[in-house]
This record gives sequence, structure tokens and C-alpha cells, in this order.
Amino acid sequence: MAVVSGEVDFGTAPRLRDAVVKVATDGARLAVVDLSEVQFLDSTGLGVLVACLKRFRSLGGDLRLVVTSDRVRNVFEITGLTTAFGIHETVAAAVAQDRR
Amino acid sequence: MKDEVALRFPARAEHLALVRLVVTHLAEHHGAGLDLARMDDLRLAVSEACANAVEAYGRQGRAGEVLVRCSVVPGEVTVEVEDHGGGFVLDDLVPHPPVEAPERLHHEHGLGIPLMRQLADRVEFHAVEEGTTVRLVVGPERPRHHQLR
Repeated sequence: MAVVSGEVDFGTAPRLRDAVVKVATDGARLAVVDLSEVQFLDSTGLGVLVACLKRFRSLGGDLRLVVTSDRVRNVFEITGLTTAFGIHETVAAAVAQDRR
Repeated sequence: MKDEVALRFPARAEHLALVRLVVTHLAEHHGAGLDLARMDDLRLAVSEACANAVEAYGRQGRAGEVLVRCSVVPGEVTVEVEDHGGGFVLDDLVPHPPVEAPERLHHEHGLGIPLMRQLADRVEFHAVEEGTTVRLVVGPERPRHHQLR
């Protein structure tokens, strides 16, 4: 579980990568990245999330997102990445995705 | 003549947030007439252009400056982002696979320019001496495009 806040851009995206990689190295197979408190997300941040998604899926796991703002959701929509990720309104819904 | 505000910043990623603030402040307070969603589009498009400029210097392993010029008229914001970080050939950019294709996940880089094209009314790239000027024009309505490829 990684909770992200503030602005994710070309400068800060490596910190997002480190946080998600830590979830993987801790042995988790499911990462939930909570973007509820993110005010800004650019293509570098998207790229990091895509790379991490691939990493988790290659290990038989998954990476899911919590997105509550239109501002962040919009970035996924215009890049067509909404279908690549499991995107949820709450952490509980993200965790429960398999059980729907 | 319309007012133009210029901002010159060292080509480091830590300054991107400042550029976003300055450009959105100008658009908001100088009568661009953009709604909140369009302000978000402007903010993201400008940030992508500036990130590319910073990255251009980074690829060359040298310091430099990025020049941002912003002008606002009612219903339109024009932003030019100029770097001298070596330039690139736009035709070399490989189009992304369709969004529904599984290979799409292999494209974690290179989303910036397609994103700019999606967000801005017009995007122009001009080669300048050892670099690139990107000119973005953002109006009140997001242009209708096909979904990003």
C-alpha cells in the first residue's frame, strides 16, 4: 500500500517509483496506490505507474489505484490507460476487486 | 500588443511546479476565460513541454536554461517553451499501439508529446539553435481528438 500526495511530475516521480518498489520488495503481490491526495500527475508519473503495474503483473500480482478526483482521473482517460489499471474510489474497493 | 510574461529557469525538474504556478496564475488573472478543467489541461500541457526541455539538457549531461513565454488574450493562452538542449527529430517518435493492445503497457515513456497534442488547441515544434521551441495554444474548449494512440 502506498499513499501518495502532492504533485507527481518529472521531478518527483522517482519518489513514487521508490515507494511502489518498496511495496514489491517487502514481498507483497498486490500494490494499492492511493492517489486521492494527488493534486497533479504528469506523463512521467503515469509512466512510473505503468512500469510498476508490469512489474507486479509479471510476478503474478497486481497494482490497483485509488483515484477520487476528476483532475487525476482525466489524465488516465485522455491517455486511454483507464482500461489498463483497476481504478477504484476507495482502498477497500481496490483490495476487494477480486471478490466482486 | 498583448502582454507577454517571460520566465527563465535553470533546467532542473524542481522548477516545474513554479512554472505551473506562474502560467496558471497568468491565465486566471489576465482574463483567459478558461474553466477549471481547461486550466488543468493548460497546466499539464505546459508542464510536459517544460519537462521535455529539462530532460533534453539532462540527456546531454549539461546545465542550461529553459525560457517560458506566456501571453494571454480573452479565450486563449499561448505558451512558448524554449530550450537549447540539443533538439530532437519529431519524425523519429514511434506511434503508440492502440490503447486496447496489450503491448500498450510497454510504452511507459514518450507519453508527453501525445498528451500535449491531446490537450492543446495547437502544438507546434520549431527547431532553434541546438534546441527546440514548443508553442502551445490553449483555448476554452478541449479539441476533439480520437483517443490517444
